[in-house]
Amino acid sequence: MKVSRRTLLTGAAGVVALGKTAVASAQAPADSTKVRGKPSRALGQRAPTEKPQRNARGATSSGTPHQDLMGTITPSDLHFERHHGGVPDIDPKGYSLLVHGMVERPMVFTLADLKRFPAVSRVHFLECSGNFGGRTGSVELTPQVVAPLTSNSEWTGVALATIFREVGAKPQAKWFLAEGQDAALLTRSIPIAKAYDDALIAYGQNGEAIRPEQGYPARLFLPGWEGNSSVKWIRRIELSDRPFMTREETSKYTDPMADGTARMFSFLMDARSLITYPAYPVTLTRGWIEINGIAWSGSGKIKRVDISTDGGGTWAAAKLQEPVLSKAHTRFRHRWNWTGGEAVIMSRAVDETGYMQPTRSELIAMRGVSSVGYHYNPITAWQVRADGTVVFRAEEWT
Amino acid sequence: MKREALGVCIIAAVAALSSAGLPLRAQSRSMPAAKSQPAKPAAGEAAKSSPKEAAPLGIGRPATPAEIAALDIDVGPDGAGLPPGRGTAADGAPIYAARCAGCHGKTGKEGPNDVLVGRLTGDAFPFAKDPRAPKTIGSYWPYATTVFDYIRRAMPPDAPNSLSDGDVYNLVAFLLVQNELVPADAVIDAASLPKVKMPARDHFVPDTRGRPK
Repeated sequence: MKVSRRTLLTGAAGVVALGKTAVASAQAPADSTKVRGKPSRALGQRAPTEKPQRNARGATSSGTPHQDLMGTITPSDLHFERHHGGVPDIDPKGYSLLVHGMVERPMVFTLADLKRFPAVSRVHFLECSGNFGGRTGSVELTPQVVAPLTSNSEWTGVALATIFREVGAKPQAKWFLAEGQDAALLTRSIPIAKAYDDALIAYGQNGEAIRPEQGYPARLFLPGWEGNSSVKWIRRIELSDRPFMTREETSKYTDPMADGTARMFSFLMDARSLITYPAYPVTLTRGWIEINGIAWSGSGKIKRVDISTDGGGTWAAAKLQEPVLSKAHTRFRHRWNWTGGEAVIMSRAVDETGYMQPTRSELIAMRGVSSVGYHYNPITAWQVRADGTVVFRAEEWT
Repeated sequence: MKREALGVCIIAAVAALSSAGLPLRAQSRSMPAAKSQPAKPAAGEAAKSSPKEAAPLGIGRPATPAEIAALDIDVGPDGAGLPPGRGTAADGAPIYAARCAGCHGKTGKEGPNDVLVGRLTGDAFPFAKDPRAPKTIGSYWPYATTVFDYIRRAMPPDAPNSLSDGDVYNLVAFLLVQNELVPADAVIDAASLPKVKMPARDHFVPDTRGRPK
């Protein structure tokens, strides 16, 4: 084959373009059917024009870009992060999980041991209990800022009940301590009933090993419960007849109430929904659009999501994407004809227990205005202006 | 497949799952027809410990007492797990100044990170009403033992898990004195720490959401 100088130069330019994916789109051929495409490669990448990003919130968390996502599964590299001592670097070969305390047989399990147990895979959301970013007063907030810390994955692992049978959990054990192998050695006390209900030791996320930010090589996963209790990088479980009263479950992750009490061990994540389109910074054009978003409940399946386009005056049930899974993000969709003019659109979730997502006023009447805002799941509204721009409807909080 | 044959398959599958140690509750939930199927009797010592238990699968290895002792650093609200040693505020002050004050302030009240020192007046517990009320050890922490447990496992962030047990006792004593929870000359050790009365303790209640009323 005769290779001209021109071909060589073009080839070299092509290699440079491959190395800089950001500029590749600018060099996309006018007609892709006239140019042979790229060869196969070991690791796939997003189209160079697609650049979804987590938003770093300081060094200790980053949020999922809900406005860029569709369906229900959160791509693993966009799953939110929250950590208390940084993301540890753990060699899977040296990893082990110690289970001791009120057990017949204290045991050590390597990662290979955990994978030898009968495995289960389930789709579940994970949400940090401090997941409300709508209190800044700004209206220029994206879905990613309003509810950054919820994501949805298929988790694979071994049922914690299987491990508790392996070690012979004693009948007097009512709680267990879960401890992480991070620099915070993060600990939470968990009622043992959760282990026999649906808790996992998870090592898989969306078909591959769990990401480091999500607990590699293995984590506790408690479906429907506040993210902090699903201890990542888990290295030790101790069974006991009482809780341990760790820092995370006393001075943090407790909920001051209007009556002067504070709730402890408030694990359950109540039902919530969020419209992810249309939302800031979208600008609408007149005509039919599909309002859509995600709804989820720590108590089970989403039964219904109601949509209002008149600020809560009237409500209509949205269509739910099937299958609706328990304790999982559920995509809802609702057709709406925007004929111009101002509108306030909002969603409210109802779960299979009958629980309905509350308004901000209902939450404040019950809970007061908490300084941290754990477990705040108010109905959230987006304001459509006459020119089609969409902004977050900010409400007074303090 | 015929219905009868399918039924036999389900029973066989349940028996196989039971012997594999899978959660019996999960099985009965997804297969109500199999509820009356007797679980396979657990063998050996497993049968003695818990009625929920099935035979172990023989995966993993026994943990040695030394392995457990190396990792088992948690301290309970009853003081279980507190190590030998003792501390005083006088000995804790210089350690606090060197290792803690940079983040928590000279006296524990200044920040910029979590405010550790401060008391409320009377029976006030204003946290739901006042978002600015700092949740200090003296105003919000319900158990003094947590202070020891948390400092030992996670502080300081630039060198976590680096303080000696004696250093931790001294720091705990310093912080309890700063919060006026113990006298200035108090000696904090495994016996005295669990007895420290924390003002916020009685404000904490169990969460009742999601439970039948």
